[in-house]
Amino acid sequence: MTAHIAPMPAEYVSALPEPKTVLDVQNLSLSFRNAEGLLPIVTDVSFSIAAGEAVALVGESGCGKSITASAVMGIAPENAEIGGTITLNGNVISGLPPKERRKLCGRHMGFIFQEPMTALHPTLSIGRQMTDTLKHNLGLGNSAATDRAAELLDRVGIPRARDILKGYVHELSGGMRQRVMIALAISCGPSLIIADEPTTALDVTIQAQVLDLLEDMRREMNLAMLFITHDLEVVGDFCDRAVVMYAGDVVERGRSEDVVRAPAHPYARGLIDAVPAHDDGRTRLTPILGTVPPVGQWPEGCRFAPRCNRADEQCRTRPQLGHVGKTDVRCWHPLEASA
Amino acid sequence: MSEDPILSVSGLSKSFNTVQAVRDVSFSIPRGKTFGLVGESGSGKSTTARLVLRLVEPTKGVIRFRGRDLSSFSARDLRAERRHMQMIFQDPFGSLNPRMSVRDTLVEPQLVHNIGTNAEQLRTAERLLAEVSLPRAALDRFPHEFSGGQRQRIAIARALSTNPDLIVADEPVSALDVSVQAQVLNLMRDLQDRHGTTMLFISHDLRVVQFMCDEIAVMYLGEIVEQGPRDRIYGAAAHPYTKALLASAPGKGSGQRARLKGEIPSAHAVPSGCAFRTRCPHAIARCASEKPVMRDLGNGQKAACHLLDTALAA
Repeated sequence: MTAHIAPMPAEYVSALPEPKTVLDVQNLSLSFRNAEGLLPIVTDVSFSIAAGEAVALVGESGCGKSITASAVMGIAPENAEIGGTITLNGNVISGLPPKERRKLCGRHMGFIFQEPMTALHPTLSIGRQMTDTLKHNLGLGNSAATDRAAELLDRVGIPRARDILKGYVHELSGGMRQRVMIALAISCGPSLIIADEPTTALDVTIQAQVLDLLEDMRREMNLAMLFITHDLEVVGDFCDRAVVMYAGDVVERGRSEDVVRAPAHPYARGLIDAVPAHDDGRTRLTPILGTVPPVGQWPEGCRFAPRCNRADEQCRTRPQLGHVGKTDVRCWHPLEASA
Repeated sequence: MSEDPILSVSGLSKSFNTVQAVRDVSFSIPRGKTFGLVGESGSGKSTTARLVLRLVEPTKGVIRFRGRDLSSFSARDLRAERRHMQMIFQDPFGSLNPRMSVRDTLVEPQLVHNIGTNAEQLRTAERLLAEVSLPRAALDRFPHEFSGGQRQRIAIARALSTNPDLIVADEPVSALDVSVQAQVLNLMRDLQDRHGTTMLFISHDLRVVQFMCDEIAVMYLGEIVEQGPRDRIYGAAAHPYTKALLASAPGKGSGQRARLKGEIPSAHAVPSGCAFRTRCPHAIARCASEKPVMRDLGNGQKAACHLLDTALAA
């Protein structure tokens, strides 16, 4: 309970897994098999998460952040070809048959999805969904599982926990549903929580409550957290480190305050400039020109080059992820860190 | 203000059976200005937008549009008047007819309202397409061939096709990715500068409202709780709900977040007195027994909160 792990130092470049590493993803790639062959969706993604640490996967729709998470969770579509290595608590889980994988992951991974209405079962009572999980993973009996479920609901701030256990998901508000998802995710004492846009569908005051709750859980249980979001401001508030994705690539990776305050990749900078900031009185925003290229139409070389005002001849060759200033950047012409 | 406002509503209310969706809402929008309605789900902002256009009939209240009482209009007159009021919706996938080419989409409103000859209508369609930065070749395409941001540009061009006095935009950029959102927001501001259109702009996103709007009303559970010029709302918010809303927005660091407890109550059972009191960190006994009235705070700002009386008296 007391062991709180400090954030990784800035010079940490995910090389060998450290002892406290919970999740380590190395050179993950994912392609879909179709009639024409293999369609790459995600290429060469590497990051790791230590106990007690929150890491964000950030990007716009179609950048590959959710499919990356699905590969980690082991729920990627059937026709996906997955390369690279995924390690959980020191055990390699990538490439294992589902049954073996469940044995190693099972209760060690908890999931929180954007839309709890579709992630939770509509016609099973909330209590049944929770006790089934507890009985299966922890071997609890009926009454012990019910007691534990009530405790969990109480812990995530749901009033009248015993009554709610008898109820159904549709009877709850969006914020309450998300609390139930969090209770389920932490129910079996996981070491890793994967949260895919957990607050995107919520109102701003409720979003703040749910983010606070996730942060409390993380500290209390020393959880590693993979946080998938499109909102850089949430990343800055909530995550220790950030991995920015664009068109299936990691384009920047580093401590979240460095990535959010002084990004070196022109795309990451563009994402920040595109959002109307508080109190800046600008009369125009600086949009990123054009749109994200669809899968299968990625340009050769740097995939952001066609939308980038710094692009030149050199960008026709694919840049590698390299350490520049305070972050790792995939760019031939990274921005200077401003003071 | 020398000129009459394009739109003014007073005492606007709407109940659906026992649900009090909108309660006693009053505001007015001068010509050429953008008025923002901001609030969470269930605050009544979208219902207000629909009431203003009489897409939903109000239970009570007066809507004056271009100097005339909108409730006095017959169905036929109202249809003719609609030429001067257009709407942009949140979902660019649901608001365009999938079987209509972009050309037909832009010409149809002009046909309905008998604006110009066929050749003129087509010229207008071409001009609008250029104004929203889409190529002329887009005319013969269909909505499914465009991205979300491009569709929203088409919806904006359609809204401008009758040269309206008022555009009501309900969460127009909420479904778009941030980089595309910035393109569309810039476009809306440019077009407004060029055409002098008046706008009622609805959003849950405080940053977007701050960027777009001259004057802002904050809604909670069907009511306006605070209203004022942009700089007052963002720089000197007076109502505890406005303050909480601003403090809840991400981007402030996790340490100093002020938190509202609980959730917005059901509009079936609006709390007595001040509707916000069940979540207000400063609520006192008086808040349950007596409904606060809107107080003028100077500089065009007003808010409804008992605590302001105490503060003003002190």
